[in-house]
Amino acid sequence: MEPEAAKLIGAGIACIALAGAGIGIGTIFGNYLAGALRNPSAAQSQFPNLLLGFALAEATGLFGLVVALILLFVL
Amino acid sequence: MASSDHTGDHHGSGSFPADPMHQFEIKRLLDINIAGFDISFTNSALFMLIAVFIISFTTIISVRKNSIIPSRMQSIVELSYEFVADMVRQNVGSQGKNYFPFIFTLFMFVLFLNMLGMIPYGFTVTSHIAVTFALAMLIFIGVTIIGFIKHGLGFFGFFVPKGVPIFMLPLLVVIEVISYFTRPISLSVRLFANMMAGHTMLKVFSGFVILMGFLGGWLPLAVMVAFTGLEILIAFLQAYVFAILTCIYLNDALHMH
Repeated sequence: MEPEAAKLIGAGIACIALAGAGIGIGTIFGNYLAGALRNPSAAQSQFPNLLLGFALAEATGLFGLVVALILLFVL
Repeated sequence: MASSDHTGDHHGSGSFPADPMHQFEIKRLLDINIAGFDISFTNSALFMLIAVFIISFTTIISVRKNSIIPSRMQSIVELSYEFVADMVRQNVGSQGKNYFPFIFTLFMFVLFLNMLGMIPYGFTVTSHIAVTFALAMLIFIGVTIIGFIKHGLGFFGFFVPKGVPIFMLPLLVVIEVISYFTRPISLSVRLFANMMAGHTMLKVFSGFVILMGFLGGWLPLAVMVAFTGLEILIAFLQAYVFAILTCIYLNDALHMH
């Protein structure tokens, strides 16, 4: 296999990490919504934690994206 | 990565109208070379200066004529002050008061750098790993020094989790140490990757608008408008997360779990 082709395939595979981020963000927002509907008065106080969890989950997917970009543009 | 000397056609992007990596290019505005060190004034430095200028200007001007019923400018500054003060109070506790000026500066600096990047033809300083890693490393080293000043050598106890069986400790201590030392990496890569990925995505979609022409281009344009809104949210969110994680690390150093 040509190195160039292997690089492109590798970059594509690295982007699968974003699927995990999608699952994580969905879980966080889904559970927040479920909790907020059960106890709306407590929802507002947990909103910062929601944003924090969202950002932490999203970052793991973006690490995969960074690997893809390194494969494409740096190596 | 973002020096983007070789992001051109030979990677198969071919005739794609907008090179998504071109926007991250650092341009020298003023060549300064002292004793072999290249400290040129770049567009990155320019946008940092603009951010610092806007922050200092608005804060100083708006609280110069303080009144009990705040003017519009004053209430904006008070709002951001209260926001960060609440964050520090909730995450660090009363001891965090000493570190409030640093957290406030950090939050406003990152927020304004992110927001300046959202202006068309603006340059996103935080989309460079060099900038975010320097910030994260500064926080990491500072927080570690604070921990050692507060607890002395007892700070090493931070790496020993309480209430675990003794035969598990060798493994857990290694994991704790590794997770502690990956903090600056994860902190910097989170901010950098979010900003870079977002701006690349916007650029790719703007390329679709041109490619699909006058008839089909409206669909990606509508998507782009939505994404721009999302990116402004992300710009705020990442500044918030950067500041709140700094608070959490500071809390670890001050209170050890």
